[in-house]
Amino acid sequence: MTPLLQVNGLTKRYGARIGCADVSFDLCPGEVMGIVGESGSGKSTLLNCLAGHLEADSGAVVFNTRADGPRDVRLMAEPERRMLARTDWAFVHQNPRDGLRMGVSAGGNVGERLMAVGARHYGGIRGQALDWLDRVEIAADRIDDRPTAFSGGMQQRLQIARNLVTGPRLVFMDEPTGGLDVSVQARLLDLLRGLVREMGLSAVIVTHDLAVVRLLAHRLMVMKSGHVVEAGLTDQVLDDPQHGYTQLLVSSVLQA
Amino acid sequence: MIEVSGLCKNFVLHNQGGAVIPVMRDAALSVAPGECVALVGASGAGKSTLMRMVYGNYLADAGVIRVGGVDVAQAEPRAVLALRRATLGYVSQFLRVVPRVPTLDVVAEPLLALGVARDEARDRARDLLARLNIPERLWPLSPTTFSGGEQQRVNIARGFAHAYPALLLDEPTASLDAANREVVLALIDEAKARGAAILGIFHDEAARDRVCDRVVDVTRFMPGLAA
Repeated sequence: MTPLLQVNGLTKRYGARIGCADVSFDLCPGEVMGIVGESGSGKSTLLNCLAGHLEADSGAVVFNTRADGPRDVRLMAEPERRMLARTDWAFVHQNPRDGLRMGVSAGGNVGERLMAVGARHYGGIRGQALDWLDRVEIAADRIDDRPTAFSGGMQQRLQIARNLVTGPRLVFMDEPTGGLDVSVQARLLDLLRGLVREMGLSAVIVTHDLAVVRLLAHRLMVMKSGHVVEAGLTDQVLDDPQHGYTQLLVSSVLQA
Repeated sequence: MIEVSGLCKNFVLHNQGGAVIPVMRDAALSVAPGECVALVGASGAGKSTLMRMVYGNYLADAGVIRVGGVDVAQAEPRAVLALRRATLGYVSQFLRVVPRVPTLDVVAEPLLALGVARDEARDRARDLLARLNIPERLWPLSPTTFSGGEQQRVNIARGFAHAYPALLLDEPTASLDAANREVVLALIDEAKARGAAILGIFHDEAARDRVCDRVVDVTRFMPGLAA
Protein backbone atom coordinates (compact mmCIF):
# COMPACT_ATOMS: atom_id res chain seq x y z
CA MET A 1 0.00 0.00 0.00
CA THR A 2 1.30 3.46 -0.86
CA PRO A 3 1.56 5.53 2.31
CA LEU A 4 -0.73 8.53 2.39
CA LEU A 5 1.94 10.58 4.10
CA GLN A 6 5.69 10.07 4.21
CA VAL A 7 7.73 12.30 6.47
CA ASN A 8 11.47 12.32 6.16
CA GLY A 9 14.03 14.08 8.32
CA LEU A 10 11.72 16.95 9.21
CA THR A 11 13.56 19.57 11.24
CA LYS A 12 12.54 22.94 12.61
CA ARG A 13 14.74 25.22 14.69
CA TYR A 14 13.84 28.37 16.57
CA GLY A 15 17.20 30.11 16.32
CA ALA A 16 19.59 27.99 18.34
CA ARG A 17 16.78 26.04 19.95
CA ILE A 18 15.38 22.85 18.46
CA GLY A 19 11.67 22.70 17.68
CA CYS A 20 11.71 19.21 16.26
CA ALA A 21 14.68 17.36 14.83
CA ASP A 22 14.99 14.73 12.14
CA VAL A 23 11.48 13.28 12.43
CA SER A 24 10.59 10.50 9.98
CA PHE A 25 7.52 8.26 9.75
CA ASP A 26 4.92 7.15 7.29
CA LEU A 27 1.18 6.88 7.59
CA CYS A 28 -1.04 4.56 5.57
CA PRO A 29 -4.70 5.17 4.71
CA GLY A 30 -6.91 4.45 7.72
CA GLU A 31 -4.06 4.73 10.21
CA VAL A 32 -4.04 6.94 13.27
CA MET A 33 -0.67 8.09 14.59
CA GLY A 34 -0.47 9.48 18.10
CA ILE A 35 2.28 11.85 19.21
CA VAL A 36 2.83 12.26 22.94
CA GLY A 37 5.31 14.14 25.07
CA GLU A 38 5.30 16.79 27.75
CA SER A 39 4.76 20.44 26.86
CA GLY A 40 7.77 21.84 25.08
CA SER A 41 8.70 18.46 23.63
CA GLY A 42 8.08 19.70 20.09
CA LYS A 43 4.91 17.80 19.32
CA SER A 44 2.86 20.85 18.33
CA THR A 45 5.78 22.23 16.32
CA LEU A 46 5.93 18.96 14.44
CA LEU A 47 2.18 18.97 13.78
CA ASN A 48 2.28 22.55 12.54
CA CYS A 49 5.23 21.78 10.25
CA LEU A 50 3.35 18.80 8.84
CA ALA A 51 0.20 20.83 8.23
CA GLY A 52 2.17 23.69 6.65
CA HIS A 53 1.32 26.21 9.37
CA LEU A 54 5.03 26.50 10.12
CA GLU A 55 7.88 26.47 7.64
CA ALA A 56 10.24 23.60 8.43
CA ASP A 57 13.98 24.14 7.93
CA SER A 58 14.64 20.84 6.22
CA GLY A 59 13.13 17.50 5.41
CA ALA A 60 10.27 16.30 3.27
CA VAL A 61 6.52 15.90 3.80
CA VAL A 62 5.31 13.77 0.90
CA PHE A 63 1.55 13.47 0.50
CA ASN A 64 -0.07 11.04 -1.92
CA THR A 65 -2.29 13.48 -3.82
CA ARG A 66 -5.39 12.29 -5.67
CA ALA A 67 -4.35 13.84 -8.96
CA ASP A 68 -0.57 13.50 -9.19
CA GLY A 69 0.42 10.83 -6.70
CA PRO A 70 3.14 11.47 -4.07
CA ARG A 71 4.22 15.14 -3.92
CA ASP A 72 6.41 16.97 -1.45
CA VAL A 73 4.08 19.46 0.16
CA ARG A 74 6.97 21.73 1.11
CA LEU A 75 7.81 22.22 -2.58
CA MET A 76 4.25 22.99 -3.61
CA ALA A 77 3.17 26.47 -4.58
CA GLU A 78 1.15 28.28 -1.91
CA PRO A 79 -2.20 28.13 -3.80
CA GLU A 80 -1.79 24.41 -4.26
CA ARG A 81 -1.04 23.90 -0.61
CA ARG A 82 -4.06 25.99 0.39
CA MET A 83 -6.26 23.91 -1.89
CA LEU A 84 -4.98 20.78 -0.19
CA ALA A 85 -5.72 22.26 3.23
CA ARG A 86 -9.30 22.94 2.11
CA THR A 87 -9.99 19.58 0.52
CA ASP A 88 -7.96 16.50 1.47
CA TRP A 89 -6.61 17.86 4.75
CA ALA A 90 -8.26 19.02 7.91
CA PHE A 91 -6.90 20.56 11.07
CA VAL A 92 -8.69 20.35 14.40
CA HIS A 93 -7.35 22.94 16.83
CA GLN A 94 -7.18 22.47 20.56
CA ASN A 95 -9.18 25.64 21.06
CA PRO A 96 -12.31 25.52 18.87
CA ARG A 97 -12.16 29.32 18.63
CA ASP A 98 -9.06 28.94 16.47
CA GLY A 99 -10.84 26.65 14.04
CA LEU A 100 -14.29 28.22 13.89
CA ARG A 101 -15.70 31.55 12.77
CA MET A 102 -17.30 32.70 15.96
CA GLY A 103 -19.46 35.36 14.29
CA VAL A 104 -21.04 32.98 11.78
CA SER A 105 -23.85 30.48 12.47
CA ALA A 106 -23.11 26.78 13.04
CA GLY A 107 -24.57 25.96 9.62
CA GLY A 108 -22.46 28.71 8.06
CA ASN A 109 -19.33 27.30 9.66
CA VAL A 110 -19.91 23.91 8.09
CA GLY A 111 -21.15 25.38 4.80
CA GLU A 112 -18.15 27.65 4.38
CA ARG A 113 -15.82 24.74 3.85
CA LEU A 114 -18.17 23.31 1.24
CA MET A 115 -18.36 26.65 -0.58
CA ALA A 116 -14.57 26.85 -0.55
CA VAL A 117 -14.50 23.75 -2.71
CA GLY A 118 -17.13 25.05 -5.08
CA ALA A 119 -20.54 24.13 -3.62
CA ARG A 120 -23.06 26.84 -4.53
CA HIS A 121 -26.50 25.26 -4.09
CA TYR A 122 -27.88 26.73 -0.86
CA GLY A 123 -30.33 23.90 -0.21
CA GLY A 124 -27.64 21.30 -0.81
CA ILE A 125 -25.16 23.03 1.50
CA ARG A 126 -27.74 23.40 4.27
CA GLY A 127 -28.74 19.77 3.84
CA GLN A 128 -25.16 18.59 4.21
CA ALA A 129 -24.61 20.89 7.16
CA LEU A 130 -27.68 19.41 8.88
CA ASP A 131 -26.44 15.91 8.18
CA TRP A 132 -23.07 16.68 9.75
CA LEU A 133 -24.52 18.45 12.79
CA ASP A 134 -26.55 15.32 13.37
CA ARG A 135 -23.45 13.12 13.06
CA VAL A 136 -21.65 15.13 15.71
CA GLU A 137 -24.77 15.14 17.87
CA ILE A 138 -25.71 18.81 17.59
CA ALA A 139 -29.50 19.30 17.45
CA ALA A 140 -30.84 20.50 14.09
CA ASP A 141 -32.58 23.49 15.72
CA ARG A 142 -29.18 24.91 16.69
CA ILE A 143 -28.06 25.30 13.06
CA ASP A 144 -28.69 29.04 12.99
CA ASP A 145 -27.06 29.73 16.36
CA ARG A 146 -23.55 31.09 16.56
CA PRO A 147 -20.81 29.00 18.18
CA THR A 148 -20.58 31.66 20.91
CA ALA A 149 -23.89 30.26 22.18
CA PHE A 150 -22.44 26.72 22.33
CA SER A 151 -20.72 24.92 25.17
CA GLY A 152 -17.03 24.02 24.81
CA GLY A 153 -17.83 20.42 23.91
CA MET A 154 -20.36 21.48 21.29
CA GLN A 155 -17.89 23.94 19.80
CA GLN A 156 -15.32 21.17 19.50
CA ARG A 157 -17.84 18.87 17.81
CA LEU A 158 -18.82 21.70 15.47
CA GLN A 159 -15.18 22.21 14.59
CA ILE A 160 -14.92 18.52 13.74
CA ALA A 161 -18.05 18.69 11.57
CA ARG A 162 -16.67 21.73 9.76
CA ASN A 163 -13.42 19.92 9.11
CA LEU A 164 -14.83 16.60 7.97
CA VAL A 165 -17.68 17.82 5.75
CA THR A 166 -15.46 17.94 2.68
CA GLY A 167 -14.42 14.31 3.14
CA PRO A 168 -10.72 14.85 3.86
CA ARG A 169 -8.31 11.94 3.80
CA LEU A 170 -5.93 13.25 6.44
CA VAL A 171 -6.82 15.01 9.68
CA PHE A 172 -4.35 16.74 11.99
CA MET A 173 -5.55 17.12 15.56
CA ASP A 174 -3.91 19.18 18.27
CA GLU A 175 -5.16 18.06 21.70
CA PRO A 176 -8.70 17.53 20.37
CA THR A 177 -10.06 16.66 23.81
CA GLY A 178 -7.83 19.08 25.71
CA GLY A 179 -10.16 21.57 27.33
CA LEU A 180 -13.14 19.29 27.74
CA ASP A 181 -14.49 17.64 30.86
CA VAL A 182 -14.15 13.88 30.98
CA SER A 183 -17.74 12.95 30.13
CA VAL A 184 -17.69 15.10 26.99
CA GLN A 185 -14.22 13.74 26.19
CA ALA A 186 -15.48 10.16 26.18
CA ARG A 187 -18.28 11.00 23.78
CA LEU A 188 -15.90 12.83 21.48
CA LEU A 189 -13.45 9.92 21.50
CA ASP A 190 -16.20 7.51 20.54
CA LEU A 191 -17.31 9.87 17.79
CA LEU A 192 -13.78 10.23 16.41
CA ARG A 193 -13.22 6.48 16.49
CA GLY A 194 -16.41 5.83 14.56
CA LEU A 195 -15.56 8.49 11.97
CA VAL A 196 -12.05 7.14 11.47
CA ARG A 197 -13.42 3.66 10.92
CA GLU A 198 -16.35 4.60 8.71
CA MET A 199 -14.61 7.19 6.53
CA GLY A 200 -11.26 5.40 6.39
CA LEU A 201 -9.59 8.57 7.65
CA SER A 202 -5.94 8.84 8.50
CA ALA A 203 -5.05 11.07 11.39
CA VAL A 204 -2.11 12.50 13.28
CA ILE A 205 -3.13 13.29 16.85
CA VAL A 206 -1.00 15.29 19.24
CA THR A 207 -1.91 14.98 22.89
CA HIS A 208 -0.39 14.68 26.32
CA ASP A 209 -3.17 12.34 27.40
CA LEU A 210 -1.99 8.74 27.23
CA ALA A 211 -5.51 7.37 27.69
CA VAL A 212 -6.62 9.23 24.57
CA VAL A 213 -3.90 7.73 22.38
CA ARG A 214 -4.50 4.27 23.78
CA LEU A 215 -8.08 4.43 22.59
CA LEU A 216 -7.55 6.27 19.31
CA ALA A 217 -4.07 5.71 17.90
CA HIS A 218 -2.76 2.61 16.16
CA ARG A 219 0.82 3.74 16.46
CA LEU A 220 2.59 6.07 18.82
CA MET A 221 5.62 8.34 18.73
CA VAL A 222 7.07 9.68 21.98
CA MET A 223 8.85 13.03 21.76
CA LYS A 224 11.32 14.62 24.10
CA SER A 225 13.28 17.84 23.49
CA GLY A 226 12.34 17.82 19.82
CA HIS A 227 13.43 14.24 19.17
CA VAL A 228 11.37 11.11 18.69
CA VAL A 229 12.75 8.87 21.43
CA GLU A 230 10.49 5.89 20.89
CA ALA A 231 7.92 4.72 18.35
CA GLY A 232 5.82 1.63 17.82
CA LEU A 233 2.51 -0.05 18.33
CA THR A 234 0.51 2.07 20.79
CA ASP A 235 -0.23 -0.58 23.40
CA GLN A 236 3.30 -1.94 23.18
CA VAL A 237 4.89 1.47 23.76
CA LEU A 238 2.57 2.14 26.71
CA ASP A 239 2.77 -1.33 28.29
CA ASP A 240 6.42 -2.18 27.60
CA PRO A 241 8.18 1.18 27.15
CA GLN A 242 11.84 0.86 26.22
CA HIS A 243 13.14 4.40 26.62
CA GLY A 244 13.73 5.90 30.04
CA TYR A 245 11.63 8.95 29.25
CA THR A 246 8.66 6.86 28.11
CA GLN A 247 8.95 4.75 31.24
CA LEU A 248 8.84 7.92 33.30
CA LEU A 249 5.87 9.26 31.32
CA VAL A 250 3.87 6.04 31.64
CA SER A 251 4.61 5.57 35.33
CA SER A 252 3.68 9.17 36.13
CA VAL A 253 0.02 8.84 35.19
CA LEU A 254 -2.30 9.16 38.16
CA GLN A 255 -4.76 6.33 38.55
CA ALA A 256 -8.30 7.62 38.87
CA MET B 1 -0.48 -21.99 14.08
CA ILE B 2 1.50 -20.51 16.98
CA GLU B 3 5.23 -21.31 17.01
CA VAL B 4 7.55 -19.77 19.58
CA SER B 5 11.27 -20.49 19.79
CA GLY B 6 14.36 -19.04 21.44
CA LEU B 7 12.34 -16.27 23.03
CA CYS B 8 14.19 -14.03 25.49
CA LYS B 9 13.03 -11.00 27.44
CA ASN B 10 14.60 -8.55 29.88
CA PHE B 11 12.98 -5.59 31.52
CA VAL B 12 15.29 -2.58 31.80
CA LEU B 13 14.19 -0.01 34.36
CA HIS B 14 15.94 3.18 33.29
CA ASN B 15 14.59 5.24 36.14
CA GLN B 16 15.51 2.75 38.82
CA GLY B 17 19.25 2.73 38.37
CA GLY B 18 19.03 1.00 35.01
CA ALA B 19 18.17 -2.29 36.72
CA VAL B 20 18.03 -5.15 34.25
CA ILE B 21 15.54 -7.87 35.16
CA PRO B 22 15.81 -10.98 33.02
CA VAL B 23 12.38 -12.58 32.89
CA MET B 24 12.57 -15.17 30.16
CA ARG B 25 15.18 -17.22 28.37
CA ASP B 26 14.84 -19.58 25.43
CA ALA B 27 11.11 -19.99 25.66
CA ALA B 28 9.67 -22.37 23.09
CA LEU B 29 6.21 -23.79 22.45
CA SER B 30 3.82 -24.55 19.65
CA VAL B 31 0.08 -24.73 19.32
CA ALA B 32 -1.50 -26.58 16.40
CA PRO B 33 -4.89 -25.73 14.88
CA GLY B 34 -7.67 -27.27 16.97
CA GLU B 35 -5.41 -27.55 19.99
CA CYS B 36 -5.63 -25.82 23.37
CA VAL B 37 -2.40 -25.40 25.31
CA ALA B 38 -2.28 -24.10 28.88
CA LEU B 39 0.60 -22.07 30.31
CA VAL B 40 1.28 -23.06 33.90
CA GLY B 41 3.74 -21.97 36.56
CA ALA B 42 3.73 -20.05 39.79
CA SER B 43 2.64 -16.44 39.92
CA GLY B 44 5.48 -14.31 38.53
CA ALA B 45 6.93 -17.14 36.46
CA GLY B 46 6.12 -15.27 33.26
CA LYS B 47 2.86 -16.73 31.94
CA SER B 48 1.27 -13.38 31.19
CA THR B 49 4.57 -11.96 29.91
CA LEU B 50 4.85 -14.80 27.41
CA MET B 51 1.27 -14.36 26.33
CA ARG B 52 1.68 -10.61 25.93
CA MET B 53 4.76 -11.19 23.81
CA VAL B 54 2.80 -13.50 21.52
CA TYR B 55 0.22 -10.74 21.15
CA GLY B 56 2.92 -8.17 20.35
CA ASN B 57 2.07 -6.18 23.46
CA TYR B 58 5.56 -6.76 24.92
CA LEU B 59 8.68 -6.63 22.80
CA ALA B 60 10.93 -9.66 22.51
CA ASP B 61 14.69 -9.22 22.91
CA ALA B 62 15.46 -12.33 20.88
CA GLY B 63 13.64 -15.24 19.32
CA VAL B 64 10.85 -15.99 16.91
CA ILE B 65 7.09 -15.79 17.50
CA ARG B 66 5.35 -17.09 14.42
CA VAL B 67 1.56 -16.71 14.29
CA GLY B 68 -0.11 -17.61 11.02
CA GLY B 69 3.03 -16.89 9.01
CA VAL B 70 3.87 -13.55 10.67
CA ASP B 71 6.85 -13.22 13.01
CA VAL B 72 5.39 -11.01 15.72
CA ALA B 73 8.86 -10.45 17.19
CA GLN B 74 10.05 -8.75 13.99
CA ALA B 75 6.89 -7.48 12.31
CA GLU B 76 6.09 -3.83 11.68
CA PRO B 77 3.33 -2.40 13.92
CA ARG B 78 1.05 -2.35 10.87
CA ALA B 79 1.49 -6.09 10.28
CA VAL B 80 0.83 -6.84 13.96
CA LEU B 81 -2.37 -4.80 13.82
CA ALA B 82 -3.53 -6.64 10.70
CA LEU B 83 -2.76 -9.94 12.42
CA ARG B 84 -4.77 -8.92 15.48
CA ARG B 85 -7.69 -7.81 13.35
CA ALA B 86 -8.13 -11.02 11.38
CA THR B 87 -6.08 -13.83 12.90
CA LEU B 88 -5.09 -13.41 16.52
CA GLY B 89 -7.69 -12.72 19.22
CA TYR B 90 -6.95 -11.94 22.87
CA VAL B 91 -9.22 -12.09 25.87
CA SER B 92 -7.45 -10.13 28.56
CA GLN B 93 -8.30 -10.27 32.24
CA PHE B 94 -9.71 -6.80 32.27
CA LEU B 95 -12.07 -5.02 29.94
CA ARG B 96 -10.78 -1.75 28.52
CA VAL B 97 -13.30 0.30 26.55
CA VAL B 98 -14.25 3.81 25.55
CA PRO B 99 -16.63 5.01 28.27
CA ARG B 100 -20.28 5.41 27.26
CA VAL B 101 -20.16 2.98 24.34
CA PRO B 102 -23.06 0.47 24.62
CA THR B 103 -22.16 -3.12 25.49
CA LEU B 104 -23.66 -4.38 22.23
CA ASP B 105 -21.30 -2.17 20.21
CA VAL B 106 -18.31 -3.09 22.37
CA VAL B 107 -18.90 -6.75 21.48
CA ALA B 108 -19.65 -6.05 17.81
CA GLU B 109 -16.59 -3.85 17.30
CA PRO B 110 -14.05 -6.52 16.28
CA LEU B 111 -16.43 -7.54 13.51
CA LEU B 112 -17.02 -3.95 12.38
CA ALA B 113 -13.25 -3.50 12.18
CA LEU B 114 -13.17 -6.41 9.74
CA GLY B 115 -15.79 -4.75 7.57
CA VAL B 116 -18.75 -6.93 8.60
CA ALA B 117 -22.09 -5.15 8.10
CA ARG B 118 -23.44 -3.46 11.23
CA ASP B 119 -26.63 -5.55 11.47
CA GLU B 120 -24.79 -8.81 11.07
CA ALA B 121 -22.17 -7.80 13.65
CA ARG B 122 -24.87 -6.80 16.13
CA ASP B 123 -26.75 -10.08 15.59
CA ARG B 124 -23.62 -12.01 16.43
CA ALA B 125 -23.06 -9.80 19.48
CA ARG B 126 -26.65 -10.41 20.66
CA ASP B 127 -26.21 -14.18 20.33
CA LEU B 128 -23.04 -14.16 22.39
CA LEU B 129 -24.34 -11.82 25.09
CA ALA B 130 -27.48 -13.94 25.44
CA ARG B 131 -25.42 -17.12 25.67
CA LEU B 132 -23.21 -15.57 28.33
CA ASN B 133 -26.31 -14.60 30.33
CA ILE B 134 -25.87 -10.83 30.15
CA PRO B 135 -29.44 -9.53 30.66
CA GLU B 136 -30.80 -7.82 27.58
CA ARG B 137 -31.63 -4.66 29.51
CA LEU B 138 -27.87 -4.12 29.99
CA TRP B 139 -26.97 -4.29 26.28
CA PRO B 140 -27.62 -0.60 25.54
CA LEU B 141 -25.51 0.42 28.57
CA SER B 142 -21.76 0.89 28.80
CA PRO B 143 -20.06 -2.04 30.55
CA THR B 144 -17.89 0.32 32.64
CA THR B 145 -20.40 0.20 35.51
CA PHE B 146 -20.96 -3.58 35.36
CA SER B 147 -19.86 -6.04 38.03
CA GLY B 148 -16.51 -7.81 37.64
CA GLY B 149 -18.07 -11.03 36.40
CA GLU B 150 -20.30 -9.21 33.94
CA GLN B 151 -17.36 -7.25 32.56
CA GLN B 152 -15.43 -10.43 32.12
CA ARG B 153 -18.28 -12.02 30.19
CA VAL B 154 -18.56 -8.95 27.96
CA ASN B 155 -14.84 -9.27 27.36
CA ILE B 156 -15.22 -12.93 26.44
CA ALA B 157 -18.13 -12.18 24.12
CA ARG B 158 -15.96 -9.59 22.41
CA GLY B 159 -13.07 -12.04 22.10
CA PHE B 160 -15.24 -14.72 20.55
CA ALA B 161 -17.23 -12.41 18.23
CA HIS B 162 -14.91 -13.11 15.35
CA ALA B 163 -13.80 -16.69 14.62
CA TYR B 164 -10.07 -16.01 15.06
CA PRO B 165 -7.79 -18.84 13.87
CA ALA B 166 -5.58 -18.21 16.93
CA LEU B 167 -6.80 -17.14 20.35
CA LEU B 168 -5.08 -16.10 23.58
CA LEU B 169 -7.10 -16.45 26.78
CA ASP B 170 -5.90 -14.92 30.06
CA GLU B 171 -7.92 -16.53 32.87
CA PRO B 172 -11.20 -16.66 30.97
CA THR B 173 -13.10 -18.38 33.80
CA ALA B 174 -11.57 -16.54 36.77
CA SER B 175 -14.55 -14.75 38.32
CA LEU B 176 -17.45 -16.68 36.83
CA ASP B 177 -20.14 -18.80 38.49
CA ALA B 178 -20.56 -22.46 37.53
CA ALA B 179 -23.20 -21.86 34.84
CA ASN B 180 -21.24 -19.16 33.06
CA ARG B 181 -18.04 -21.13 33.40
CA GLU B 182 -19.76 -23.94 31.48
CA VAL B 183 -20.74 -21.51 28.71
CA VAL B 184 -17.15 -20.29 28.37
CA LEU B 185 -15.78 -23.83 28.29
CA ALA B 186 -18.34 -24.70 25.60
CA LEU B 187 -17.22 -21.67 23.58
CA ILE B 188 -13.62 -22.85 23.87
CA ASP B 189 -14.59 -26.36 22.77
CA GLU B 190 -16.45 -24.95 19.78
CA ALA B 191 -13.47 -22.78 18.83
CA LYS B 192 -11.23 -25.85 18.98
CA ALA B 193 -13.70 -27.82 16.87
CA ARG B 194 -13.55 -25.20 14.12
CA GLY B 195 -9.77 -25.42 14.17
CA ALA B 196 -8.67 -22.51 16.36
CA ALA B 197 -5.26 -22.73 18.05
CA ILE B 198 -5.71 -21.63 21.65
CA LEU B 199 -3.10 -20.62 24.20
CA GLY B 200 -4.47 -19.99 27.64
CA ILE B 201 -3.77 -19.29 31.30
CA PHE B 202 -6.20 -21.11 33.60
CA HIS B 203 -5.84 -21.06 37.36
CA ASP B 204 -9.03 -23.07 37.49
CA GLU B 205 -7.57 -26.58 37.28
CA ALA B 206 -10.84 -28.35 36.55
CA ALA B 207 -11.43 -26.01 33.61
CA ARG B 208 -7.87 -26.52 32.42
CA ASP B 209 -8.22 -30.31 32.53
CA ARG B 210 -11.46 -30.13 30.56
CA VAL B 211 -10.41 -28.02 27.60
CA CYS B 212 -6.62 -28.19 27.41
CA ASP B 213 -4.77 -30.85 25.44
CA ARG B 214 -1.34 -30.07 26.88
CA VAL B 215 0.33 -27.86 29.45
CA VAL B 216 3.55 -25.92 29.09
CA ASP B 217 5.32 -25.06 32.35
CA VAL B 218 6.89 -21.62 31.90
CA THR B 219 9.06 -22.12 35.00
CA ARG B 220 11.66 -23.79 32.82
CA PHE B 221 11.97 -20.59 30.78
CA MET B 222 12.96 -18.60 33.87
CA PRO B 223 16.52 -17.30 33.60
CA GLY B 224 18.89 -18.82 36.09
CA LEU B 225 16.74 -21.87 36.66
CA ALA B 226 17.13 -23.60 33.32
CA ALA B 227 19.89 -26.16 33.21
